[in-house]
Amino acid sequence: MTAVEDRPVAEAPAKEVGQARKRKEDARLITGRTTWTDNMVLPGMLHLAVVRSPVAHARLGAIDVEAARSAPNVVAVFTGRDLAEEQGSIPCAWPVTPEMVNPGHPSVAVDEVNHVGEAVAVIVARSKAAAQDAVELVDVDYDPLPVVLDMEQALGEGTDLTHDHLSSNESFRWIFDAGDAGTGQATDQAFADADVVVSRRFVQQRLIPAFMEPRSTVVQPQGDNYTMWSSTQVPHILRIMLAMVTGIPEHKLRVIAPDVGGGFGGKLQVTPEEVISLLVARRLGKPVKWTETRSESLMSAHHGRDQIQYVDIAADREGNVLGLKVHILADMGAYLRLVSPGVPILGAFMYPGIYKFPAYRFDCQGVFTNKTPTDAYRGAGRPEATFAIERIMDELAVELGMDPLELRRKNWIGAGEFPFTTVAGLEYDSGDYDGATEQALRLLGYDELREEQRRRRESGDPVQLGIGFSTFTEMCGLAPSRVLGSLSYGAGGWEHASIRMLPTGKVEVVTGSTPHGQGHETAWSQLVADELGVPFEDIEVLHGDTAISPRGLDTYGSRSLVVGGAAVVNAAQKVVAKARTIAAHLLEAGEEDLQFEGGSFSVRGTPGTGISIQELALATFAAHDFPDGVEPSLDADATFDPVNFSFPHGTHICAMEVDTETGMVRIRKYACVDDVGTIVNPLIVEGQVHGGLAQGIAQALYEEAVYDVDGNLTTGTFVDYLVPSAADLPHFDTGHTVHAAPGNPIGAKGVGEAGCIASTPAVVNAALDAVRHLGVSDILMPLTPERVWRAIHEGGDGGDRATAGTNAYGGAQTETTAGVSTPESRLGGDR
Amino acid sequence: MIPVAFDYARPSTIDEALQALADGGEDAKILAGGQSLIPVMRLRLAAPSTVVDLTRVAELRGVREDGDAIVVGAMTTHSDVVADPLIQQHAPLIAEATETVADRQVRHRGTFGGALAHADPAGDLPAVALALDAGFVIAGPGGRRTVPAREFFVDYLTTALAEDEILVEVRIPKLAGQWGMRYEKFNRVAQAWSIVAVAAAVRRENGHIAEARIGLTNMGPTPLRATATEQALAGAAADAGAIAEAAQHAAEGTEPSDDLNAKADYRRHLAQVLTRRAVSAAAGIQG
Repeated sequence: MTAVEDRPVAEAPAKEVGQARKRKEDARLITGRTTWTDNMVLPGMLHLAVVRSPVAHARLGAIDVEAARSAPNVVAVFTGRDLAEEQGSIPCAWPVTPEMVNPGHPSVAVDEVNHVGEAVAVIVARSKAAAQDAVELVDVDYDPLPVVLDMEQALGEGTDLTHDHLSSNESFRWIFDAGDAGTGQATDQAFADADVVVSRRFVQQRLIPAFMEPRSTVVQPQGDNYTMWSSTQVPHILRIMLAMVTGIPEHKLRVIAPDVGGGFGGKLQVTPEEVISLLVARRLGKPVKWTETRSESLMSAHHGRDQIQYVDIAADREGNVLGLKVHILADMGAYLRLVSPGVPILGAFMYPGIYKFPAYRFDCQGVFTNKTPTDAYRGAGRPEATFAIERIMDELAVELGMDPLELRRKNWIGAGEFPFTTVAGLEYDSGDYDGATEQALRLLGYDELREEQRRRRESGDPVQLGIGFSTFTEMCGLAPSRVLGSLSYGAGGWEHASIRMLPTGKVEVVTGSTPHGQGHETAWSQLVADELGVPFEDIEVLHGDTAISPRGLDTYGSRSLVVGGAAVVNAAQKVVAKARTIAAHLLEAGEEDLQFEGGSFSVRGTPGTGISIQELALATFAAHDFPDGVEPSLDADATFDPVNFSFPHGTHICAMEVDTETGMVRIRKYACVDDVGTIVNPLIVEGQVHGGLAQGIAQALYEEAVYDVDGNLTTGTFVDYLVPSAADLPHFDTGHTVHAAPGNPIGAKGVGEAGCIASTPAVVNAALDAVRHLGVSDILMPLTPERVWRAIHEGGDGGDRATAGTNAYGGAQTETTAGVSTPESRLGGDR
Repeated sequence: MIPVAFDYARPSTIDEALQALADGGEDAKILAGGQSLIPVMRLRLAAPSTVVDLTRVAELRGVREDGDAIVVGAMTTHSDVVADPLIQQHAPLIAEATETVADRQVRHRGTFGGALAHADPAGDLPAVALALDAGFVIAGPGGRRTVPAREFFVDYLTTALAEDEILVEVRIPKLAGQWGMRYEKFNRVAQAWSIVAVAAAVRRENGHIAEARIGLTNMGPTPLRATATEQALAGAAADAGAIAEAAQHAAEGTEPSDDLNAKADYRRHLAQVLTRRAVSAAAGIQG
C-alpha cells in the first residue's frame, strides 16, 4: 500500500467459489428435523409390511393369507397373483446387448422366488405394528428348487438354473476389443510378442450400500393423480419408469424426493416396494406408507460389486506395457434392475487406467445367481476396474523385479500429452500424474517409511510394514448423451437448471440434479452468488420434486456439479444477459456500455450510476418501465449436455502394518492427492474424499455380503456386515492438484466417487507389500485378520470365511433377517 | 423392526421387581440397560410376555466398598463403572475391559449386571468377572444367595439365575499383593464384539509369577479360565520365555465356534497369542 491512494476502492466481495462454506442443509439433516419420507404423516394413511421369501429358490405353492387378513387392524393382503396383471416388471434401462436375457422382475413374486428377501405378499394395516404382526401369519408353501450361488459353476455345463424358465445363467456377453474398435492394436498379437505375461484372478466381493436412512415410500392418491414421496436418488427417472411400469400416465404422477439420507447408488433404483406402494394406494384409494427395517434393507435393497476378474497383462522386459486382457464375470443376482448390466460396462473403459497400453480387450459376462440383485454402488464399475489395473501393475512389477512406482511412471500418460486418447477410446481431459504423485509421496513421508519397512523386515519384527500405491483416474460427469446412446443406455445424460428472480431480489435456483446428502444447496448457492453477485444467503436451491423441478436426471456418477452445476451456471449467465437489457433501458445506456460487477450494472466510466440485479428483479416484477418487446421476466433456464466425460485423477498411498502373529492389519498412514478440477467448496470436497476413502477402505478391510450354501444372507445385520466408523479409520493426509476440466464452465471434474475408487487397491497393495517376502501374493477382500493370518501361515489367498454369522446377541439372525437354514448352512447362534 | 407386544412393569425397589417378575410368569424378562434385550426383541428373536424394567430401582446402582470386596450394583452403567475410583484402584481390569464395550452411547445405557446376566460369551465382562473370582449376589423370593463366578455361567446365554431371580450386585474381592492386569481384546472394528479376548491378572513375587488368573472371552459357550496356562505360570519365572511357553496351553479345554470372523483353529491360535500378550503386559514385561 502506498500513502497516496487517489480514492477509496470499494472492496470487491470475495468470490464464493473456493470458500469452505459450512453446508446450509446440515443443521436439519443432522438433527433429523426435516422431511425424511418416514417423517410424513397423512390423514388416513395405511402402513405396508412386506412378507419376504426365506428361501433362495422355490416354486410358489399355496399362499394362505386368511389369518393375516383377519388379524386386528389389517385392511388387506395382496400376493403376487393378486397384482400380476398390473405390476409389470421392474425396469432395466440398460440392455447392454440386443440379445441380453432379462428374466422379468415382478415386484411381488408370482410363480417362483429367486432370492432370499424377495417379496411374496404385502400386508396393509392401520398401523405399522399391526402390519408387522400380520407378516408372521402368512403361510406360504415353497417347493424348493436348486440354488445357484457360484458364478463360475453357474456358467458350467449341465448346471442348475437360477430361473427355471431360462436356458442358462448367462444374461449377456459384452465385448470391447480395441483392435476391432480401431483404438488399439490386436491384443492377441501384443501378447504373443510380449516378454512377460502376468495373469491373475481377482475377486470383487459383494457389498451392501448401507445408506444411513432406510428406504421409505409414501403415496397419496388424489383422484386419478398420485403423489409419491420416496427416499430415492432419482425422482425424475422414477416418475418416468413408474408411468411405464404401471400405466399411470406420466402427467398424473408427481414424485418427490424430500431430504434423502444417503444412497451411494443404492437408491438409484426403481424398487419393488415403490411399485407396490403405488399399486396398493391405487387399489385402496388411500395414502400408504412403507418403510423398511435395516434387516430388510440389507437383504433386499440392491447390492453392489460382486465380480470375478481374470486379468492378463503383457509387457516387455524393460517394463513397457504392451497389452491388457480382462475377462469379467459380473453377478447380476437374481434379476436385472435399473442399470444392473450397465455397471460392469461403465468400468469397461477404465481398466487401462492412466497407462499407455497399445492393446486392450474387455470381455464381460453377466451371470444370474439366486442372490439379491446387484446394481450401482459408489463408483459403479470403475472401482472394480481401478482395483484390477492397480493390483496387476503391482504383480507385474514383482514379476519384473521393478519398483511398483517406477513401473507406473514408465507407462503413465505424461502431463504434456493431454488431451490423450486411450486404447479404450476415451479422451482424457487434463492432469499431471507425476505432480500428484510427488506431492503424495511428500505427504506420506515415503522415504522414512520405506526405511522403517526395511528395518522391520531385517529384524524379523512380528509387525511388518508395507506401502501400496493407487495411481488412478476415473470417468465422471455422466454423461454425454450421445455416448450413453452408443452404449444402449435408456436415457440421456444432460442436466437442467432454472433460476427465478423473486421480486425482493431473492433467488430460487431449481436443479434437476437431486441431492441425497452431497451439499448441492450450498455449492449451487456459491456458484450462483458469484454469477449473479448476490449474497450467498439470498439464494435458495429447490430440488427433488417433479412438479417444482420438472426436468432432471438426478444424482449419481459424480455428475451433479460437473453437469448439473454447469447447467446452473449457464442459466445464471442467461439471467445476467436478460438483466443487461433491462439495465440498459433503465440506465439509458447501450448494453455494450454496461459493465456487470459485484451484482450491479453500471455505465463504464460513470461511477455511482449502478443498478443491482436484485433491484432489477423488482423492476421486472413491477414491469412499469420496460423496453418495448421485452418480456417482463429475468428468469432463465438451461440444459447442459457435456461433450465429454471429465477425468479426475490422483495418487493414493497407503502404509499398512500387518501383525503377522494375528493377521490384524492397521493403516499406519494414508496420503492422497486428488485432482478433481476446480474446487467450488473445499470443505465439501474434503468430506467427499474422506467418505469415499472410508468406503473404499471398507471394501478392502471390512465389508462383505456373505451367503451360506442355502443362499441365506448371513451378514444380515450390522453385527456381521461390518461398516467401519471413524474410530476404525486413520487420519487422512489429503492434498490437491488443480487442472480445470475443459468440458464444463466450472472446470470441476467430480469428487463423489474418487476416494472410493482409488483407495481399495492402495490398501490391498500395501498389505501385500508388507508380507510378500513371506510368500503371500494375494489375499481375498476383505482382508480379515483370519484371512491374512492364513495367507501368511498356510499359503493361498486366505480362503473363504465360515458362513455362519457371529453368535453375538444370541445370533443376530432370524428367518426374517437371514432366511431358513438347513443342516448344511450351519447358521450361527441359538436359533 | 417392531417387537411383539408385551406387558411392561417399572418397579422402584428390588422387592417390587421380584414381585413383578413373579407376576409376569415364565416369559417375563428383565430389562437392565436394554443394549442386548431390545435388539433381540426388535429382531423378534425374543418375545417376552412381560418386561420388568429395573432402571428406576435406585438401590441397584453404584459401587461401594465392603470389607475385603468392592461391590458393584447390577444396574451401574458401564460409563459409571469406568469412571469409578474404587474400580480404578482395586479392579482396573474391569475398567479396561469395560472401556472396550461397544461405543460411548452403549456404555451410557448398558449396565454391568445386565452384561453379566446376559452371559454372551463374546461379551467382555463375563471373562473378566471369571478371572477376578467375582461373587454374584442374587435376590429371589426366598432371600439372597451368592454364586461364585465359576458356577454363575452355565451355558450359552444361560446363568445360574432362576426365572424368578434378579442379579443384585457383584462382589469383586480386593486383591492383596503386587498385581498387574490386562484385557487384550481382538476384534475387527471398535464397536464389534470380541472375536477372542483374554483377561489376565498376574501377581508377582520376588521376580516370579506367584499367581495368574486368566479369563477367556468367546472361546466356548461360556467364558472360560485358561487353567492349564494358569498352572504353568504359578511359580514360573517372570520372563518372556516362560510366559510364551505357558501361553501355548491357553486353548486347552476350549470349544470355540466357527463363524464369519474366525474358524475354531484360528481362535485357538489367537487365544495363545493374546494370552501371551495379556500375561506379559500384566506381569510388566515385554512380550
